Amino acid sequence: MGVTESYSRGRELVEGNPLALVFGLLIVLLLFDLVGKLASGAVQVSSVAVLVKDGLARGLVIGLAGIGLSMTYSILNFANFAHGDYITAGAFSGWATTYLIAGGFGSSANVGSLLLVGAGGSVFGGALGISVTATPVAVVGGMVVAGGGAILLSLVIDRLVFEPIRDRDGITLLITSIGVAFALRYTIQFVFGPSKRGTTAAGGVPTLSVPVVDGTVRITAHDATLAVVAGGLMLGVHLLLQRTRLGKAMRAMADNEDLARVTGIPTERVVRFTWIIGGGLTGVAGYVFVLWKGTLGWFDGWILLLLIFAAVILGGIGSIYGAIVGGLVIGLTASLSVVWIPSSFSRASAFLMMILILVVKPTGLFSGRSTA
Amino acid sequence: MSTADSPLAALWERDAVKIGVLLAGIYLAYVLVGVVLDYGVRGQLNSIATLTFYVALFALLSLALNLHWGYTGMFNIGVVGFMAVGIYVMAVVSKAPATEAAAGSVGGLGLPLWVGVLAGTVAAGLLGLLVALPALRLRADYLAIVTVAMSEMVRFTFLSGTFQRFEVGGLVIGFGGGSGLLLDFGSPVEQLFDALFLGGVYDGLVGLTGTVIENNPQPVTNGLLYGALLLGAVGLYYVVLGRLGNSPFGRVLKAIREDEDAANALGKDTKAFKTKAFVLGCALMGLGGILWYMTSGAITPNTYRPRLTFFIWIALIIGGAGSNTGSVMGGALFAALLFQGPRFLQSVVNNLVDVEAPSTFGQALAPIAGAGDLAPLGFYVIDSVRQLQLIVMGLVLIFLMHRRPEGLLGHRKEPAASVELERRPDRETPYADGGETDE
Repeated sequence: MGVTESYSRGRELVEGNPLALVFGLLIVLLLFDLVGKLASGAVQVSSVAVLVKDGLARGLVIGLAGIGLSMTYSILNFANFAHGDYITAGAFSGWATTYLIAGGFGSSANVGSLLLVGAGGSVFGGALGISVTATPVAVVGGMVVAGGGAILLSLVIDRLVFEPIRDRDGITLLITSIGVAFALRYTIQFVFGPSKRGTTAAGGVPTLSVPVVDGTVRITAHDATLAVVAGGLMLGVHLLLQRTRLGKAMRAMADNEDLARVTGIPTERVVRFTWIIGGGLTGVAGYVFVLWKGTLGWFDGWILLLLIFAAVILGGIGSIYGAIVGGLVIGLTASLSVVWIPSSFSRASAFLMMILILVVKPTGLFSGRSTA
Repeated sequence: MSTADSPLAALWERDAVKIGVLLAGIYLAYVLVGVVLDYGVRGQLNSIATLTFYVALFALLSLALNLHWGYTGMFNIGVVGFMAVGIYVMAVVSKAPATEAAAGSVGGLGLPLWVGVLAGTVAAGLLGLLVALPALRLRADYLAIVTVAMSEMVRFTFLSGTFQRFEVGGLVIGFGGGSGLLLDFGSPVEQLFDALFLGGVYDGLVGLTGTVIENNPQPVTNGLLYGALLLGAVGLYYVVLGRLGNSPFGRVLKAIREDEDAANALGKDTKAFKTKAFVLGCALMGLGGILWYMTSGAITPNTYRPRLTFFIWIALIIGGAGSNTGSVMGGALFAALLFQGPRFLQSVVNNLVDVEAPSTFGQALAPIAGAGDLAPLGFYVIDSVRQLQLIVMGLVLIFLMHRRPEGLLGHRKEPAASVELERRPDRETPYADGGETDE
């Protein structure tokens, strides 16, 4: 790209979107401030590294769960507010399995308590010694069931709730999905109880201490699991969308549903596969998130949902790469914001980021590139 | 509207009659249950006061939401944020002042109650303006996400330790963080009567209640009077919003709902109209929040979770978005059947049987597998009515969107025009060009 071209592009940017420029300058300013703080020693390099690690982990979860939301948003044309509760449902089904396997199918604790993931403090994950290294079978089994459970749930809900009103407008579907969200969330609370429980044996996880300039960053086996699982699944989705006929059909449908149908693409089947892929990724995301943070509660999915929306909008609705990048940006924003503002506002800062993006560039970073 | 042939049907066509009949039916049902269960006069009056409280509040808030969604088509799902701002600002303005000497306590500015109510309402409106500036130019689904994110940001702010307590001009004020604020400004009803120089009337009313309840009639009287006050507020909202809807301003709002580009092309500054309507609706929501929590004694941030927004949306959708009468009826039905109904039922069952609820779902199910004993599950259900009612509400919302998205009276959605838009009677002679014969 020539100098003149980039110059004129820059001019267009400034004239067409002055808000974007202010926003960009603000970010540059904050980065300079961060460098200054690091240089003067006001903020330790290692503590920033820890924040970055946390932000990346959260971002991967948000991105992984966001792929499903982004796909249904673009293919079915509605914002699914029940998506957060698919995460919770997947996590609970997976962790019930993990508890059952780790508890020796009832040999070390009551089967009912295991299946209810220790509702009411009847069994503790720490007591069962759950971690990816100590009980690998239980963790992998749980992860598979979490994905399968979320797929099943999203297919059943689609069949019963969304399919009959597929032809209505997006807002009708959105309101309906809020109904689904509440019904699902409080069913989970009704069955599994309102308590937040610890799920892993935090002390027993192998840890690698990586020396950074003025300290160390501890990377646990669960950090690594999260990164490997999330990265692997993201790569898988990428290959699926780019290399298979199904992926091509999905991209075609996201682009123009009527045209896709005319071309002979079986749209309902594509919709079903969208739910299967999105649901599976969502369930696994919920499971590894709980494995990583070590607690599980009925409210987890809702807390993630708004961050996921932020990520999806940031990346551009319909773009899975947008969802992944958006997830990482949102995760890092929420995590690094504590350098400047009190930690109770870290989620608020991610929301603010989303609102700014909506104002500055409502089509998102990867705009117009649906499911590709 | 259809032409009524009998006088009874003609009467039913009148909105006030519809609302009156619905309310009478609801009250009758509650009183009858109370009579059957032998609640006594005190219990009956209390249950009527509670019912009135929720009926009026849900009607108020769905009226305010109807201005956003029913009239203008703005998809606001952050209602609870505006309510929270209203009551918190009101609390800070009207709480008794505390100097720093009193350790750990958070005070207020100590201004009169009406100043606080006004300040809270204005603050909610200002927050609405702040949200409207970036958000109203967005698509409906983006506006939804922004508003719900905003309501959570409001909750984080009140929850945060940063604003827990700070000093302004020697006064220690703040939002109290997670432990919330104590509303120590006494009974608003008593103060209202005193402010209107009707203290004598108030004492008389307490005395009147005292003739049917021997000891401590004052709280019961306050509850009933506050309920009446709220019903008055509903009437006020109803009249004001009805007049607004029929004014030229309201017609522009309805035109925006139908087709914003068209309204814009006709030379209406749609952005300004939307902003005004949004701010007004938010202020009314703030006032609704104040009226709801003013008498609750204390407020904590976690009360203001998105589920409150969800309640008000269901109330509006039951009644039918676009109709003020529908909003009031939806609010009343929601409060009586879905919100207060299950709780009432719970207390009824608790009265009749000795409920020994198991602590987990597993313990509730185990006896069924063992001896086929269904009682523990039943007890668990009764004990978790508050979760179950949310499940039921979710299912009701799904059902409504499937079967009757227009709600009870949504078919009466007011048109944007001030003249009759009904199709003229068919012409006797065909059009010169043969009309639409191809179809």
